[in-house]
Amino acid sequence: MSKVFDTELPFPTLAKTALADAQLRANLAHATTTIRDKRLKVVGELDDWEQLRSAGAAIKDYSLDHLDELCVELERNVIAHGGIVHWARDAKEANEIVVSLVQATGVDSVVKVKSMATAEIELNVALEQHGITAYETDLAELIVQLGDDLPSHILVPAIHKNRSQIRQIFIDEMGKSGLAAPEGLTNDPAALAAAARAHLRQRFLSAKVAISGANFVIADTGSLVVVESEGNGRMCLTLPETLISVVGIEKILPNWQSLEVFMQLLPRSSTGERMNPYTSIFTGATTGNGPSNFHLVLIDNGRSSALAEDTGRDVLRCIRCSACLNVCPVYERTGGHTYGNPYPGPIGAVLVPQLRRGERTPLENSLPYASSLCGACYVACPVKIDIPKILVRLRSEVVDATRASARPRTPRDESRREGLFVSSALPTRHCHGWAGRAPAAAEPAFLTAAAQQVERGSRCATSAGDVISHVVRSDTPRRCRPGTRAGHSTCTADPPP
Amino acid sequence: MRVALFITCVNDGLFPNTPQAVVEVLERLGHQVVFPTQQTCCGQMHLNAGYRQEGLHLAQRFRDVFNDYDVIVSPSASCVGTVRDLYATSARSLGDEVLADDLEEVGRRTYEFSEFLTDVLHVTDVGASFHHTVAYHPTCHSLRVLGLDEAPKELLRHVEGLTLVEIAHEDECCGFGGMFSIKNSDTSVAMGQDKLAHVRATGADVLCALDNSCLTHIGGLASRARSGLAMMHVAEILASREGASHV
Repeated sequence: MSKVFDTELPFPTLAKTALADAQLRANLAHATTTIRDKRLKVVGELDDWEQLRSAGAAIKDYSLDHLDELCVELERNVIAHGGIVHWARDAKEANEIVVSLVQATGVDSVVKVKSMATAEIELNVALEQHGITAYETDLAELIVQLGDDLPSHILVPAIHKNRSQIRQIFIDEMGKSGLAAPEGLTNDPAALAAAARAHLRQRFLSAKVAISGANFVIADTGSLVVVESEGNGRMCLTLPETLISVVGIEKILPNWQSLEVFMQLLPRSSTGERMNPYTSIFTGATTGNGPSNFHLVLIDNGRSSALAEDTGRDVLRCIRCSACLNVCPVYERTGGHTYGNPYPGPIGAVLVPQLRRGERTPLENSLPYASSLCGACYVACPVKIDIPKILVRLRSEVVDATRASARPRTPRDESRREGLFVSSALPTRHCHGWAGRAPAAAEPAFLTAAAQQVERGSRCATSAGDVISHVVRSDTPRRCRPGTRAGHSTCTADPPP
Repeated sequence: MRVALFITCVNDGLFPNTPQAVVEVLERLGHQVVFPTQQTCCGQMHLNAGYRQEGLHLAQRFRDVFNDYDVIVSPSASCVGTVRDLYATSARSLGDEVLADDLEEVGRRTYEFSEFLTDVLHVTDVGASFHHTVAYHPTCHSLRVLGLDEAPKELLRHVEGLTLVEIAHEDECCGFGGMFSIKNSDTSVAMGQDKLAHVRATGADVLCALDNSCLTHIGGLASRARSGLAMMHVAEILASREGASHV
């Protein structure tokens, strides 16, 4: 049975355990130091790296500002090239769609290309519940799956395992689901890779259905881009009859030309290479050339909520390179499981709380504090997401939410919950602050604004309407100010049941 | 030049030698230093912890207290970073553009001590003498928020008798992080221990930095380890003279 993240413990509690794990500490220190050095070397080769970062951020911001139009254009072009497009508001809908698509093919197993989006929605569990086994084909995901484990890194999910541990997993587990590990398998990386290759080759050649994600989707051509190192993606994208790709709406880029920037940013930031080995770009479905059935499942799952945030929306620029994880001194010592969800590290700390619609969990509320605000992530981010700034903003949301729930309810509180914004100050005790001085006679603007924001702070549900129209409602002007969030005028104030 | 000294709550409470050293150096260079007595904490902790209202009360106070001064200097990169950057961001996050503009304005008049020496006074040799092996820890705020890298090291290189040694992986966070050391103390200590190990490997007698906050963290670990490693703010080294250096 696929494992999922289900801990309720907050970050500091989980960290205490992780910090005491000597093997984990050694594995992480070695792996992150190696990747860090590689990244610095290849980034240092480019004189225009800073301009590339700015360009990447600008293209992403443009895409996010025009997301509603780009969604429509993308759909039109995918369909024009023989693909079918599905829209999922949340994880539940996405899983229902994918399960029914797989069931329609009659298979009881699928091959998977590594996809953060499918990890986010816990697709493998949903498939399993319907008697469909999802076999991971990315080497690190395979290790995690065989080891009945959880991923601990966005790019290299088995980073918490060393080669000896991996060898043991292969010996113990491979034979149970397919070709067994060869006799006398050593922990030499080339030998381990060869064992995985042989084990997976059988899968590729017999798979009828593949499920992937995508690094980018190009609106003006309807193309998907899968950037990978091992070739398993190429196998899964070309051999089966049916391909289902699950992609977050924030992955949309306007045009082919954008890839010129991102194919320089992504490989150098992620694996520390000038170029990754395999990049597959495909458009729709063509009979006799790759899968004859192609389905694109676009998911919202909180992205349009994040889009409505003036500061926090920058997390949607993320291209999932994991450079931030590799430079983070906190991640290096605590590892990915401590973050309690498929997106660990600095990006996870700012993305996960914002994708939540409804009340955030104690773990999610602890994530913005799981940082010393050192800023190394911001320096490394290829699309210049100011993670420290967003962390501080999220902290203020935690504080505001705590204050709102702690105050005794009055009739005025009740009318606020209905959405009538009665302008009033916070209780006087909050205004004294450390200085012990009474506030100025005229209440400062930021106090009123803070009180109002506390009331508006609860996440807005996308419980009605389809994804595109919700994106339209969330499409606020760049650098929107609180109070001008057009999106909330038509949404219900209550969190989803 | 008339310089208003912003000493910060940490220095006021725990490290009075540091702002005294700032006064000594600036007066030695012929400037007048004044100390507005109504100053308080800048509110960094409050703002970083998510208490925007409380933090902005302190920001307003900072603006008011330092209203009449063209130049404000402080021996704390993190507090200057707060004044220069976090103040306006926090005000803007609550939609208060007027306050944000005010705070940006006072931020333009506020300098970290070492950057004031190199970038405003254009001085790299302050006539200091300090015969010790010294390691310099670039604090995250000084390095990434204020962009100070070579300048503080240049000041140290011009101190007579000082041997400056480089810490391996010097730009890695020491783990203090203010609130972080309290809310995530285990990880904070793990990071601090690694930083301390790198510092000790240099063989330095003294570790210096532009922020005493980081030095309390590394210094606490160093003293528990009975390492014999001394912590000093860069200002105190720059104030040291022949026969008058107190490690």
